Amino acid sequence: MEPEIAVEGLSKRFGPVSAVDCLSFAVNRGEIFGLVGPDGAGKTTTMRMLAGVMSCDGGRMKVAGHDVAANAEAVKGSISYMPQRFGLYEDLTVDENIRFYADLFGVARTERRERGAMLLKAAGMTEFRDRLAGKLSGGMKQKLGLICALIHRPRVLLLDEPTTGVDPVSRREFWQVLYSLLAQGVTIIISTAYLDEAERCSRLALLHKGRLLLCDTPENLKKRMPGATVVVSSPQARDLRELLAGAEGVSTVILVGAGLHLVVDDADRRVPELKARIQSAGIAFDEITASEPAIEDLFVAYVQGR
Amino acid sequence: MPNDGNISVRVDGLVKRFGSFTAVDRVSFSAYRGEILGFLGPNGAGKSTVIRILCGLLRPSEGSVIVAGVDVGKDPEGVRHHIGYMSQKFSLYNDLEVSENLRFFAGLYGVDRGIAGDRIREAISLAGLQGHEHDLTGTLAGGWKQRLALGCALLHRPEILFLDEPTSGVDPMSRRQFWDLIHGMSGRGVTVFVSTHYMDEAEYCDRLVLMNRGRVVAMGTPPELRHLVKKGALLLAKCEPLGTALQILQGSPGVAEAAVFGNSLHVRVEQAEDALVTLPAMLESRGVKCVSLKPIEASLEDVFVQLAGEQSAVRGGPDR
Ligand SMILES: Nc1ncnc2c1ncn2[C@@H]1O[C@H](COP(=O)(O)OP(=O)(O)OP(=O)(O)O)[C@@H](O)[C@H]1O
Ligand SMILES: Nc1ncnc2c1ncn2[C@@H]1O[C@H](COP(=O)(O)OP(=O)(O)O)[C@@H](O)[C@H]1O
Ligand SMILES: [Mg+2]
Ligand SMILES: [Mg+2]
Repeated sequence: MEPEIAVEGLSKRFGPVSAVDCLSFAVNRGEIFGLVGPDGAGKTTTMRMLAGVMSCDGGRMKVAGHDVAANAEAVKGSISYMPQRFGLYEDLTVDENIRFYADLFGVARTERRERGAMLLKAAGMTEFRDRLAGKLSGGMKQKLGLICALIHRPRVLLLDEPTTGVDPVSRREFWQVLYSLLAQGVTIIISTAYLDEAERCSRLALLHKGRLLLCDTPENLKKRMPGATVVVSSPQARDLRELLAGAEGVSTVILVGAGLHLVVDDADRRVPELKARIQSAGIAFDEITASEPAIEDLFVAYVQGR
Repeated sequence: MPNDGNISVRVDGLVKRFGSFTAVDRVSFSAYRGEILGFLGPNGAGKSTVIRILCGLLRPSEGSVIVAGVDVGKDPEGVRHHIGYMSQKFSLYNDLEVSENLRFFAGLYGVDRGIAGDRIREAISLAGLQGHEHDLTGTLAGGWKQRLALGCALLHRPEILFLDEPTSGVDPMSRRQFWDLIHGMSGRGVTVFVSTHYMDEAEYCDRLVLMNRGRVVAMGTPPELRHLVKKGALLLAKCEPLGTALQILQGSPGVAEAAVFGNSLHVRVEQAEDALVTLPAMLESRGVKCVSLKPIEASLEDVFVQLAGEQSAVRGGPDR
C-alpha cells in the first residue's frame, strides 16, 4: 500500500540555519504520527512545507497521492493544517468563528451543526458559544482553534502543538476526538511538547536540529533507551531528591506523584547502592525498583549534550 | 503554617465580574514569603484573571487583595515595584535584541540608570543567555524566550513573582531548567505564584490552589491533594486492545471514571476489592485481554480530573 504521506530528503535553510536537514519518513493511512524534539528542532517548518504554505529547498513530499510541489492545490483540498498560532477573529463570537471556517472548507449545513455541537461539547465550551473570541481565556482560544480545524473531515490532518495551554481534562477529550478520526481512516501528523501525548502516537519521529534522530513506535523506541529507569516510592520524595541528585551513575531525578523517577546507567548495580544510601540517610521509602522508561527519558537521553 | 508576619499575599472574598458573567467567585487564600504556590484548573477557571488582579492590572469587583502589604484595590500602581509578572501571552519585542528588551523593561520598571547595567548582566546570567545578548528575540527557541521573559520580570528585584503558564509549549528539558530557576528564586525568599497545566510541574510546588469555574475547589500540598482521591479506589489496568477496554469500562457499574494514562488505563472504582475480581472477568468475557489490574496511588492528574469533573456535574449547565 502506498503511504498517505511520504517525505524524502526534505530540506529547508534560513540563511545559515538548517531548519530541516534531509528529512525522510513515511506515514500510512490511519496512523497518528508524532513529531517531537526540542524547541527549534524543525517541527513547525516541516509541517508548513507539508501543508504547502512554505516552499522547500530540496527533497520531495507526497501527500494523499499528490506531489506537493507539482500539485499544491490538489494537496490543499485533502489536508487540514492547524498552525501553532491559529488565526481566530477576536471580534467574532465562538459560533461565528466556527461558521466562518465551515464556510471556508465548504462543510454542509447539517454536518457542521452536528460536528460543531460535538466538538464544542468535547471542549467543554458549549455555554460560551456567544462569547467574543477575544474575551476567551488563553486555553479556550486554543480549543476554539482546534474546533475550527476539525470542523471538516479531511484525509490528512496536520496539527502543530494543538494542546498547548489546554487543560488535562480537555486534552483527554481531544484525544478521544482524534481516535475517532483515526478509526475513520484519517491520517494525522501531530507535534507536541507533552510527552504523555507522544506515548499515544502510533509512531514517533524525534527531531533535533532539523535531523531525524529516531523514528519508530513508542514501544520500540523505549527499548533503545540507553541506561535504565528506577522508581522509588516514598512519602519524603523531596528529601530523597536532594539526596540522590548527583549520586554516582544517576543522570536524572524527577519528582513524580508519591516518589521519584531516576535515570541510571545500570539498574542492577545502582538499585542496591541507592537503597543503602537512602537507608543510611534515614529517609523513609516503600519500594525501589527498576521500571519501564518513559518517552521523556529517551528524549532527554538522546538530545541532551548534543 | 508560618506566622502572619510572613504573609506576602492575602486574598479575601475576591469576586470579579465581566458584565453578568462571574469569572472569579469568592476566592480566598494566602501565600507566604518564599513559597511556590501553584495555580491549577481547567481552561476558563479564572487563574489568569486572579493573577491580573493581584498584579493591579484589573480591578476587583469585590473583596480585599493585599500584595506585599499594599491594598491592590485601592492602590493598583503601588504594587508594581514589589512584583514581577510574566503574562500567559509572550510579551517581549520579537524585533528587539535580547539586551534591548532587557534595557526596555529596566526603564519600564524604573530601575535606576546607574545600576541598570549590572541588573541586566545579572538577568542575562540568571537566564543562561550569555553570548546571546545581541540575538534577535524573535529567533530564540521557545524555552530561551521564556527564560528571557523571566529575566525581564526580575530586573527590579521584586519580592513576589507572578508567572502565568511560563512553560506552555516549552520542551521538557527547557521546562526543567526553568523550574531550577523558579526554585532558585524561592530559595532567595521570593514568593512565586505559578499557573500550569503540566501536572508534573504541580509536584514541584509547595502548595497548590485548584480552581474551577471561578471558585477554589481544593487547596493544599501536593500530597494533601493526592489524598483527596480515596486510597485503594484507583486501579491501574493494562489491557489489549486499550481502546475497547476503555469503552467497556466507562459504562460499567461500579466504575466512576476510566481514562488513558500513557499505555495503560486509570480506573476509579467505588469498591476496589470487588472490582479487582469482577472487572477482569467482565473484560475477558467481552474479548479484552486484561494483562494486569492493581491498586495504585492517585497522581495529581487523577485529582484534577476528579475535582474538575465533579464540580461541573454538580453545578451543571450555563446557569452563570
Ligand atoms: N475581558 C474579559 N471579558 C469577558 N470575559 C472575560 C474577560 N477576561 C476573561 N474572561 C472570562 O473569564 C473566565 C476566566 O478566564 P481566565 O483567563 O482567568 O481563565 P484561566 O483559568 O486563566 O484559563 P486558561 O487555563 O485557559 O488560561 C473565562 O470564562 C473568560 O472567558
Ligand atoms: N521564518 C523563519 N526565518 C528564519 N528562521 C526561521 C524561520 N522559521 C524557523 N526558523 C528557524 O528554523 C529552526 C526550526 O524552527 P521551527 O521549525 O519553528 O522549530 P520547532 O517547531 O521544532 O520549534 C529554528 O532555528 C528557527 O529559529
Ligand atoms: Mg514549532
Ligand atoms: Mg490563563
